[in-house]
Amino acid sequence: MSTTTPTAPPSGSASRSPVSIVVWVLVALVGAACWTVLALSRGEDVSALWILFAALSSYAIAYRFYARFIGRKVLKLDDRRATPAERLENGADFEVTDRRVLFGHHFAAIAGAGPLVGPVLAAQMGYLPGTIWIIVGVIFAGAVQDMVVLFFSMRRDGKSLGQMIREEIGVVGGTAALIAVFAIMIIILAVLSLVVVNALAESPWGVFSIGLTIPIALFMGFYLRYLRPGRVLETTAIGVVLLLLAIVGGGYVETWGLGEALTLDKETLTLLLVAYGFVASILPVWMLLTPRDYLSTFMKVGVIILLAAGLVLANPALSTEAVTPFASSGEGPVFAGKLFPFLFITIACGALSGFHALISSGTTPKLVAKERQVKMIGYGGMLMESFVAISALIAACVIDPGLYFAMNSPVGATGGDAASASEFVATLGFSISPDALTAAAASVEEELISRTGGAPTLAFGISLIFSDAFGGGLAAFWYHFAIMFEALFILTAVDAGTRVGRFMLQDTVGNFWPKFGDTSWKPAAWGASAVVVACWGYMLYVGVTDPLGGINQLFPLFGIANQLLAAIALTLCVTLFLKHGWVKWVWVPGVPLAWDLVVTMTASYQKVFSDNPAIGYFAQADATREARDAGQLSGAAQNADQMDVIIRNSTTNGILQATFAVLVIVVVANAAVVWARALRAGSLPTTEVAAVPSELVAPADFVATKEEKAELAAWEAERSETSGTRS
Amino acid sequence: MSAAVARLHRAAAGVRWYLRAFSGESRWDAYVAACAADGTSPISRREFERHRDHLREHTAQGRCC
Repeated sequence: MSTTTPTAPPSGSASRSPVSIVVWVLVALVGAACWTVLALSRGEDVSALWILFAALSSYAIAYRFYARFIGRKVLKLDDRRATPAERLENGADFEVTDRRVLFGHHFAAIAGAGPLVGPVLAAQMGYLPGTIWIIVGVIFAGAVQDMVVLFFSMRRDGKSLGQMIREEIGVVGGTAALIAVFAIMIIILAVLSLVVVNALAESPWGVFSIGLTIPIALFMGFYLRYLRPGRVLETTAIGVVLLLLAIVGGGYVETWGLGEALTLDKETLTLLLVAYGFVASILPVWMLLTPRDYLSTFMKVGVIILLAAGLVLANPALSTEAVTPFASSGEGPVFAGKLFPFLFITIACGALSGFHALISSGTTPKLVAKERQVKMIGYGGMLMESFVAISALIAACVIDPGLYFAMNSPVGATGGDAASASEFVATLGFSISPDALTAAAASVEEELISRTGGAPTLAFGISLIFSDAFGGGLAAFWYHFAIMFEALFILTAVDAGTRVGRFMLQDTVGNFWPKFGDTSWKPAAWGASAVVVACWGYMLYVGVTDPLGGINQLFPLFGIANQLLAAIALTLCVTLFLKHGWVKWVWVPGVPLAWDLVVTMTASYQKVFSDNPAIGYFAQADATREARDAGQLSGAAQNADQMDVIIRNSTTNGILQATFAVLVIVVVANAAVVWARALRAGSLPTTEVAAVPSELVAPADFVATKEEKAELAAWEAERSETSGTRS
Repeated sequence: MSAAVARLHRAAAGVRWYLRAFSGESRWDAYVAACAADGTSPISRREFERHRDHLREHTAQGRCC
């Protein structure tokens, strides 16, 4: 076949037109103006739109200049090389995919409840620290990690993070990374489930709506399998309508006399969730997992668009201070610890999320059509997630701070009723009357005191914004709508995560006992699923029963775990930079790695060794043990049994925390040996596959340039001439 | 007026294309087209979707937090 090899990327002369210069100067001016307003406004009403536009203009500039620089100068993305999708196309996991479609799939896989929850909790320190970290973090760390990992995995036929670490760093690091990835995933699943349990506890409306998603998904599954095979859009449309009806119907559970039966406590919900997780992961995927994924994905995109439109229409003012005293005192009720390092681990997803490295290696790289698309999918996808995080931060910051703290402080602090919560909030230096708390709760027809976990707060913020933007009277509907979509994300993540964990476990055990590695052998599938569910179920139970508040105790562990995973991913990136001999550019992944290590190691150190019982897990266990031995009750414990629970939980959390940190240190130490060798040698061989010329033509970015369109048209014309030799 | 209508049509067609590609519905069309080009007769839609279900059953795609 006579194919002209596509030429190297143009050197960028086309985009230096006067119009483009004017446009970028304007974007920069808008961004600078927004940042200036945010930096200088104190004590007056600040519109949330300043945050929104500061974010958007910063993203645009970062994408246009920094991501492009990384793509061209650092990674030297080369469209003349065939991607694994082109070379190994098999109609299954390797497949040339339209860049815009792949962007959607990648975004749907990386974004979930994480960017919605973290920023809400971080709002206890005010809107400014969270805003700065989300935007600066994504530009220099999160998006860089996603893009570079995607690139390296793509150059290695879509190898997973664990495989690359084993092959490029060493067996010790690889094994440590494998254990860390598994353990971190368990914690993430447990904390996400905890968010759902906290949102649904004592909420018959929520339980009704979320409960109905299971039969709705089953219906969709059977419909797609037997009635209308392949009609995904039609099925999803039916599912979304049923879902909305389920939310509306939830408002009538009391009228229907179901209120009492559906008012579940946290322990019951935990058991139900664990049972659900197990069943969902062993059922055939077409029955529950696939249809739920369609629902969740379409809801996700729909809600994000709605939220962005709602913010612009409602133009809400920020109620929170720019920086609250908790940033420096470290005594905030939502999570303990000072701004450094705890803000940076509370907001993980949206700024820097190690979990993305698992998606950017393995699945997505096998579908990329052309190398230059790595920028749009890896960097662009993460910018979009960051935008979700910014929206969530805004939603939390438009809520009255008194209400925010009444909702997000553990029940041990607020006492659980409006009067005592009002008193507690006053001790923090904020004020809200018991009547105002009751009125807020009545507006969404829910209890709001100590509804920790972030989801209820976000839902309340969204209901405020949407009621304002799209007409009033529907606050309760919007609240439950928001709860529904968060729970839907999380349940999808729990189903899929349990399955991923099961596959990992089967794969690992399969090295010693090959039969166990067979994913269609039922005893292995069921056994591995049971182990995975038991692990996260236990941690969920720890969180649910913790008298100190599960979110308060476990969320730091979750954030640190996620950021430690990022440290592992960035360590791999630095290693590969040095092995390729790109010392000149090693700061691109090196600076975020150094920052991430400082943050996670400081946070880990404080969580393990701090003698402040509010921060250090072991200090907490010791203090509680001393009090118990002296026959006293301490903290939020109501009786001696709860004292034992605190001691046990804090010790467990402390051991886990220490283990994670040690595993990461092992990976980094192993990598450091390789770094030294690579620096001495100048470069070292890597497992990068040899270049094969590409025969495909496809544009690189969201919008095709004029040259790209012409090139594409020419290529398609040529291809239709030689048709019959389809590859 | 007609230009605006045409533009609207184009936009709607674009959205439809995207949704069908994103949801994987258009894979069937691609398969049928490929069969036509090769001169082979396609399997039934039901069998085709069963095959895709089978592939999904043996891969695990993570969903992040």
